[in-house]
Amino acid sequence: MAVATSEAVEVVDLATTSVRELNQRLHDLARTPGPRLWRILNPNGAHALACGLDADLEVEIEGHVGYYCAGMNKRATVRVHGNASTGIAENLMSGRVEVDGNVSQSAGATGRGGLLVVRGNASSRCGISMKGIDIVVGGDVGHMSAFMAQKGCLVVCGDAGDALGDSIYEARLYVRGKVAGLGADCIEKELREEHVAQLRGLLEAAGIDADPTEFRRYGSARQLYTFKIDNAGAY
Amino acid sequence: MCGIVGLFAKAPRIEERLGEHLAAMLVQMSSRGPDSAGVAVYRDPVPAGSSKLTLYSPDPHEHWGAVEDGLREAFGGCDVRELRASHAVLVVDAEADAAEAWVREQRPDLRVMSAGRVIEIYKEVGSPEEFVDSFRLRDLHGTHALGHTRMATESKVTTEGSHPFSTGLDLCLVHNGSLSNHNRLREYLRREGIEFQTENDTEVAAGYLAWRLREGATLEQALEGCLEDLDGFYTFAVGTADGFAVLRDPIACKPAVLAETDEWVAMASEWRSIAVLPGAAEARAWEPEPAVVYVWERAGVAV
Repeated sequence: MAVATSEAVEVVDLATTSVRELNQRLHDLARTPGPRLWRILNPNGAHALACGLDADLEVEIEGHVGYYCAGMNKRATVRVHGNASTGIAENLMSGRVEVDGNVSQSAGATGRGGLLVVRGNASSRCGISMKGIDIVVGGDVGHMSAFMAQKGCLVVCGDAGDALGDSIYEARLYVRGKVAGLGADCIEKELREEHVAQLRGLLEAAGIDADPTEFRRYGSARQLYTFKIDNAGAY
Repeated sequence: MCGIVGLFAKAPRIEERLGEHLAAMLVQMSSRGPDSAGVAVYRDPVPAGSSKLTLYSPDPHEHWGAVEDGLREAFGGCDVRELRASHAVLVVDAEADAAEAWVREQRPDLRVMSAGRVIEIYKEVGSPEEFVDSFRLRDLHGTHALGHTRMATESKVTTEGSHPFSTGLDLCLVHNGSLSNHNRLREYLRREGIEFQTENDTEVAAGYLAWRLREGATLEQALEGCLEDLDGFYTFAVGTADGFAVLRDPIACKPAVLAETDEWVAMASEWRSIAVLPGAAEARAWEPEPAVVYVWERAGVAV
């Protein structure tokens, strides 16, 4: 448990409480003051846990979670002490989502801000269509990660699967290990000092011990149709 | 959508309560497949020279004794082993091919759901919970089993269109996804002598495996062939007399999770179905890689 304080912790056991009831109690805190620290027991792969939060909360989930956990989160910190299924932290707005284990596909998809930390591996399509979120993965990411990524950073401390950064816009991709293959219009770029500094900050924020100079940077070659000024009138 | 579950027992106490665990796993997948459900259970092998048929009758008042008498007259010995809702399991003193051929010829109103020496397949329209109750699934024991909950996309909601599909003796297939080249492939396989009972896309995948195995491929080679010859989305689980296999297509947008303890190996579309198993919290859990064949087999099973 990262919460080391005498502040009262609200404990909710999903063996006896419904997901709907839990989420409603968490949502009410966007308007009404209440407990700040939460501990969720027996998630057992349930979907949509702690979605749509909009308050300065710390939510600890003790076990594996199902689809779309902590989706659309604002301000809150959600920690999953287990694995997460499809779409963890989807459309993250701000705040922080941390997963101790592995995550399934589309982690952090379309995220607009905040930080997603995955200590294990992420499966395919990690950071697909990311729009400002920062994602730090301690292990590997699967194929088609950062597909159409628009803004934000994807940091991969292990290896990346096939078609990394396909049709990427302005997002920055940092990979320490091997890249199985780059997607269309994604190229390797020079790792300059400003990038090392950014990477160091992200790794520190994620609490992952890695040397930022060991990473390589990838981004957009800006050669696809959408980047040609002659095509601007087509939209 | 659709939900898939599979359970492979490594300990006697899991075998004894296989049906109960399978039922719990299946009900968890109700939201992924509310319109039909089915299972293949591997249990009580019959001796060499005899065979086990699972038959389905659309007539709720089917007189199974008459079928038993007919098979007994033809082959010398036959017993109705199980009666579960619309299905019956018959043990016949004949090779499975011969017994199956007799049923197709003499009783074309019945459907052969499975044939072999170990497999039993039960499937029906309705919610997984109704299915579990009406087929008394919880009292089944067995070594391993696959299950499916269906949300139909490519063909009608019927008993015959439910999964698992039998793909040959003691073989079966369950599928989450949809295939787009099933019409052309079905025509090709028909020319190769593979028979189809429905317009269902999954049955074509099942027929494809049966054809590859008939042509001498191992189960692993047949599944690797799927990667070349099937166009579409799939997570497959395939049951054999002594184990099961899992394959996801290279795009891998249909979910799957695998988990293992000292007592069992399980696969499911979602963790929810595995969370109901004893010791799940301590299980080693991982997501199967795209386009990789995973196989578990029991050692020393003489079938």
